[in-house]
Amino acid sequence: MDTSTLFAFLALLMAGAFMLGRGRSLAQASNAGGVRALNSLPSYYGMLTLLWCGIPSLAVLGAWIIFDDLIIHQLLIQSLPQEIRNLDPTELSLRINTIENMAASGMGANAEPYIQNAIVTLERLQKTSGYALTGVALLVAVMTGLWGWTRIQPQLKARNQVENAFKIILLSCSCLAILTTVGIVLSVLFESIRFFSMIPITDFVFGSEWSPQMAIRADQVGGSGAFGAIPLFVGTMLISLIAMIVAVPAGLMAAIYLSEYASTRVRSLVKPALEILAGIPTVVYGFFAALTVAPMIRDTGGIIGLSVSSESALAAGLVMGIMIIPFVSSLSDDVINAVPQSLRDGSLGLGSTQSETIRQVVIPAALPGIVGGILLAVSRAIGETMIVVMAASLAANLTANPLEPVTTVTVQIVTLLVGDQEFDSPKTLAAFALGLMLFIVTLGLNFLALHVVKKYREQYD
Amino acid sequence: MEATASVDNAAQAEENKLKTMKEEVIAQPSVDDIQGTVGTPFVENAKMSMRNVNVYYAEKQAIFNVGLDIGKNEVVAMIGPSGCGKSTFLRCMNRMNDTIDICKVEGSLTLEGQDIYDPKLDVVPLRARVGMVFQKPNPFPKSIYDNVAYGPRIHGLTNRKAELDEIVETSLRKASLWDEVKDRLHAPGTGLSGGQQQRLCIARTIAVSPEVILMDEPCSALDPIATAKIEELIAELSENFTIAIVTHSMQQAARVSNRTAYFHLGKLIEVNDTEKVFTNPEHELTEAYITGRFG
Ligand SMILES: Nc1ncnc2c1ncn2[C@@H]1O[C@H](COP(=O)(O)OP(=O)(O)OP(=O)(O)O)[C@@H](O)[C@H]1O
Ligand SMILES: [Mg+2]
Repeated sequence: MDTSTLFAFLALLMAGAFMLGRGRSLAQASNAGGVRALNSLPSYYGMLTLLWCGIPSLAVLGAWIIFDDLIIHQLLIQSLPQEIRNLDPTELSLRINTIENMAASGMGANAEPYIQNAIVTLERLQKTSGYALTGVALLVAVMTGLWGWTRIQPQLKARNQVENAFKIILLSCSCLAILTTVGIVLSVLFESIRFFSMIPITDFVFGSEWSPQMAIRADQVGGSGAFGAIPLFVGTMLISLIAMIVAVPAGLMAAIYLSEYASTRVRSLVKPALEILAGIPTVVYGFFAALTVAPMIRDTGGIIGLSVSSESALAAGLVMGIMIIPFVSSLSDDVINAVPQSLRDGSLGLGSTQSETIRQVVIPAALPGIVGGILLAVSRAIGETMIVVMAASLAANLTANPLEPVTTVTVQIVTLLVGDQEFDSPKTLAAFALGLMLFIVTLGLNFLALHVVKKYREQYD
Repeated sequence: MEATASVDNAAQAEENKLKTMKEEVIAQPSVDDIQGTVGTPFVENAKMSMRNVNVYYAEKQAIFNVGLDIGKNEVVAMIGPSGCGKSTFLRCMNRMNDTIDICKVEGSLTLEGQDIYDPKLDVVPLRARVGMVFQKPNPFPKSIYDNVAYGPRIHGLTNRKAELDEIVETSLRKASLWDEVKDRLHAPGTGLSGGQQQRLCIARTIAVSPEVILMDEPCSALDPIATAKIEELIAELSENFTIAIVTHSMQQAARVSNRTAYFHLGKLIEVNDTEKVFTNPEHELTEAYITGRFG
């Protein structure tokens, strides 16, 4: 039986458990003198039986799915001839992979005899596992369901237990998100620690030269491998700064226009247009930056006698800023709209003009939300990858001049990991260290955003 | 067959009974029949005069052909059941209705003979001359001081700190809030209690020294003590200012106003001296309202 049929059966069993539990509680109620004699409503007893039937069985199912590959793997190795088992681990895992691929694609007919045998074993094992899983899961469901059913008594606090069960289910869902984050952070952290064992952390954080090329063979002439991250972070900051200089005023003013001045008709046209801007894939922005904006800036620079690189920070920053405008404007639009109309009325009623009202009353009242939104936009700019991959340079220049090419953290992470790489050279591991730093910076920004928002809240509430 | 007939009879009887009850309790013409206003809507030395005012929210008419004068240094109270258009009419008088897109105002409204709906007129000085206190307190997210200093600063009434301090203090004193806040002038205005916030809003309005003050249920959030203080303030202000006040409290109208205007479903039913309205109303609808038979 495949897993989806199994799920359908389980669902049926659970529905049955609900009916049985409810029925038993009703039966007991009629003995004890009506539904009021029960501690909880009959449907709670049904629900409790359902949970007893479903949860243990689903837990078994989940554990089985996680571990069954591992076990089958081990059993398969056991079944292989002695001389294969004696191969070194990498070679062995390669062979196992071949066997599994051939089994999956059904192309083992011409393979060596031991592989054909192994494929047969593997298929048998998988089949057995499937049957066993079905049996065990259904058995567990029936057993625990029945046990839960026998527990039903008028005194049983079904309502409280169901409430608790739901609380735990909800809690575990939120833990899932947190655990995933923790998992990501830990994996990045461990790889970074490996990196820092090869390259001193001070060289990485304070070094001002970045050239991650290393000699692969001892006799090769190549880069010495310098891993100073400062040029990358300066480049990232420069491009993000340009992006914010474009996005914050434009986005904020667009939001003010839309929420304070625009008629309903204009609003209904402009808002969707801004949202289209938000829907353009970043890769499209990327080639817009690389193929349209960058040459334009270079040519304009040429006319006024400036030498502008064709991969200038300015081009990438400008386009990134345009990408972020809808982000800033829709966040600000929301907070500006949330400012109560009575505040505007109060100010207008005192004889102030609309722009005075906006500057002195509406914006201060909306400021916490706006600042929070801007900081979120900064995090977004720093983490943005595609535009800079296409429009920024690969050369790690340490400069504050927006007309020169710079590179960013995300660009370097991409170039470090693209292509065939060994996963234990400093060059590859550097990507994880960069990722970790980036994560710390954005985390810090988000933390700051929350702090700012809270501080202003206190002032205004 | 017979059963149905008896049911019909019973229903008929019930209906008749209801009809007579209605006639007993509210023996007055339907609003559709009301033409014009009884009493004395117009006065000699009018500060503001409104004639033939109609107000529409989109298709729906909220004010029907209302004419009313507010005399110099007079307090006019506006009363009437909820939704009868008191706020709407009040907001016409300093063009606050401009902020509502769908709202359309017709008729002639003048302040000292000057048409306030003249397209060439600038609403900013108009609103400085005709100030407004709203039904719900709406202090700005600024300090108490800055709330009161907001209007004077905007209108450039003064640019000397000492003078501004003085305006703030006298305004807060007049609104009888000074003693409560003099030690924390730089604390946020939103941190005050509801009643204090409302007095702050009143102080904010009088700091601009308008000629006319429009008050929309200024005491609906206040306790009796603060209400008494505000009423005292209104009496004091009426020496120099002209005041129109909307209120749901008949006693308040009786205490503070010279004349009282009774609105009903968007029509101005009766305007008379306050004493006359409350002791001997001319119109049945007014009488029904003030004796609490509906509304
Ligand atoms: N912004 C608006 N848009 C549409 N209709 C409105 C608006 N404001 C008021 N109205 C309508 O106009 C009529 C008069 O409302 P108004 O607020 O003037 O009543 P009111 O006499 O002040 O009532 P209350 O005593 O409850 O404050 C009501 O029927 C109301 O539904
Ligand atoms: Mg009102």
